[in-house]
Amino acid sequence: MILSQNEDQYYEKGVKTLAKAKKEEYSKEFLLGLYRTMVRIRSFEEHAAECFTKGMLAGNIHLSIGQEAAAAGAFAAMQPQDFFTSTHRGHGHAIARGGDPKLCMAELFGKKTGYCKGKGGSMHIADMAKMNHLGANGIVGAGQCISAGSALASKIMGDNSVTIGCFGDGSTNEGSFHESLNMAATWKLPMVWFIENNCYGVSTEIHRVTNTPDLATRAAAYNVDYAVVDGTDPVAVYETMTKALEHARSGKGPFVVEAKVYRYQGHYCGDPAVYRPAEYMENALKNDAIEKMAKRLKALGVKDDELEKIKAEAKEEMDAAVKFADESPYPDPSEVTEDMYTADNERCVAR
Amino acid sequence: MSKKISVSKAIREGLHEEMVRDDKMFIMGEDMAVMGNVFAITTGFLDEFGPNRVIDTPISEEGFMGMAVGAAMRGMHPCVELMYDDFVTECADPLFNQAAKLKYMSGGQCSIPLVLRMPMGSGRRNAGQHSQSLEGMVCHFPGLKVVAPCTAEDAKGLIKAALRDPDPVVVMEHKLLYARKEEIPDGEYITPIGEAKVRREGKDLTIISWSREVNFAMEAAETLAQEGIDVEVLDLRTLVPVDWEAIRKSVSKTHNVIIVSEEVKRGSYAGELSAEIGEELFDELDAPVERVCGLNIVSPFSPVLEDQNFPHPADIVKAVKRVLNK
Repeated sequence: MILSQNEDQYYEKGVKTLAKAKKEEYSKEFLLGLYRTMVRIRSFEEHAAECFTKGMLAGNIHLSIGQEAAAAGAFAAMQPQDFFTSTHRGHGHAIARGGDPKLCMAELFGKKTGYCKGKGGSMHIADMAKMNHLGANGIVGAGQCISAGSALASKIMGDNSVTIGCFGDGSTNEGSFHESLNMAATWKLPMVWFIENNCYGVSTEIHRVTNTPDLATRAAAYNVDYAVVDGTDPVAVYETMTKALEHARSGKGPFVVEAKVYRYQGHYCGDPAVYRPAEYMENALKNDAIEKMAKRLKALGVKDDELEKIKAEAKEEMDAAVKFADESPYPDPSEVTEDMYTADNERCVAR
Repeated sequence: MSKKISVSKAIREGLHEEMVRDDKMFIMGEDMAVMGNVFAITTGFLDEFGPNRVIDTPISEEGFMGMAVGAAMRGMHPCVELMYDDFVTECADPLFNQAAKLKYMSGGQCSIPLVLRMPMGSGRRNAGQHSQSLEGMVCHFPGLKVVAPCTAEDAKGLIKAALRDPDPVVVMEHKLLYARKEEIPDGEYITPIGEAKVRREGKDLTIISWSREVNFAMEAAETLAQEGIDVEVLDLRTLVPVDWEAIRKSVSKTHNVIIVSEEVKRGSYAGELSAEIGEELFDELDAPVERVCGLNIVSPFSPVLEDQNFPHPADIVKAVKRVLNK
């Protein structure tokens, strides 16, 4: 297990155990890659927020600003053949996996050109063909069983892929967490669960409703290895997830990783989050992953210009994504009964 | 050529033939492997197909149902059994919010080719949490197909059709049919999903039913025949998609309908059918559609009480006479 002491205790009950990145040297290119992913995720989310505020989007969106390092680090550790599930706060996962921001944004807009032809929306981006993305899910806890089932399929087929179930702190209190982790452990399924613990399920601080300082420690109940890691350090997340994926791929069964992250926004875009103490955001900004990585890169000799260029490119890319989504057509109303098995509609409302 | 076997053996044959044919198929559920199922439907399967394809699960219905969804998204063909349909509340999310919806919500990116077998029905003196008929609940969710065979022949033919279907299919099997021995054809065959069957032709009234109550409807029809009332019995076999053409044809012929189901009457699938017939075939009807269902109560334990809670042949006879004003 990758556990060590953490001096930065920013949660109500304190974090006792955090994995630390090794002092290993990483190439500038690798670190720049993580930086670029984080910047692109944030830029996507900021663009989505602006579109939401302007009333360009249908429905609600849940932003992952503050969780970019977790996504960047975790997905850098994944292999192309690996599968994953995501959550309502899942835009960052799709971007980190190499998803096309245009298709993501179009899905948020409910457009025909989106990943799910506008039938899923922000909470349901999926891409089975290219990303091995089994879908973000609007039901908290649903991805746990689905990721375990995908891992079961991999075990039966022997395809050497691992399934990563990404979910938040809140869903660790669903029964599905315990039911499927127990089965995955018993059957030694190639599965890694990646908990992004931002401490809040909508308005409820996790420790008000949960009796352990960390969440990954529950894995011990099922004899499953686990690690808790600083989710504002993409390198620490990358290292931890690399170990977890090796463990799962080698036939040793599942591994649970908990990344401590911050949710800069409220639960949904527009939620003022008045239920949260001011210290939460003070600590969040002190630990901003993009700022920290910028500092680290500059210490390695990267110039400000280069970092600014990455930001400018991300902005340009996301501007184009918004333009694409905005200009894309909505689905034709006749498509309402397509993409599923339907029956008996000839005797229904639409006549 | 035909042979006489029990409904449970017919289901077993269907499962076995598909397991041999399709190496993507696996069976998962409580007591399915070592024990071979509480109704002995999968005895010997573990030895023949191995532990990767015949899986004993813990008592975690949400967990294993959800895992079946995940495996199906990856191209596997899981066949899950719930020991009783009453436990569908335990796996409601993976069945209703995931299996039924993910194809649509992903814009058609994936199919969920899974089969959920759920033994149902009253009459085994198992009280309120092991005796329900939840057709109305299951049929509510778009994306699921639902079959409810009565005969051994259809039980085998429909499970095979379900296992070859690209979409999730719920197979509702009445527990009190399992032991009935009936003729089935030799060899492999499929009963298509979505096709009803006229079990008995008649001209005075149509009894629409499915699963075990079809047998009761047939008994009632014999009794009525002795009194000169000629009843048609339409076995729906598939509830979703319903064979509307068969219903339309029969109702247009007899102009009188009763729907017989073991469900709690309030909110039943029988009610949905009644409403559809009322909306669509009003001009064909000589009398209002009548439903003969269970009471709006919890399924009771005591045999004396439980027998009050599902339609018997005598109840069906009474209802037919009432509708025909005889």
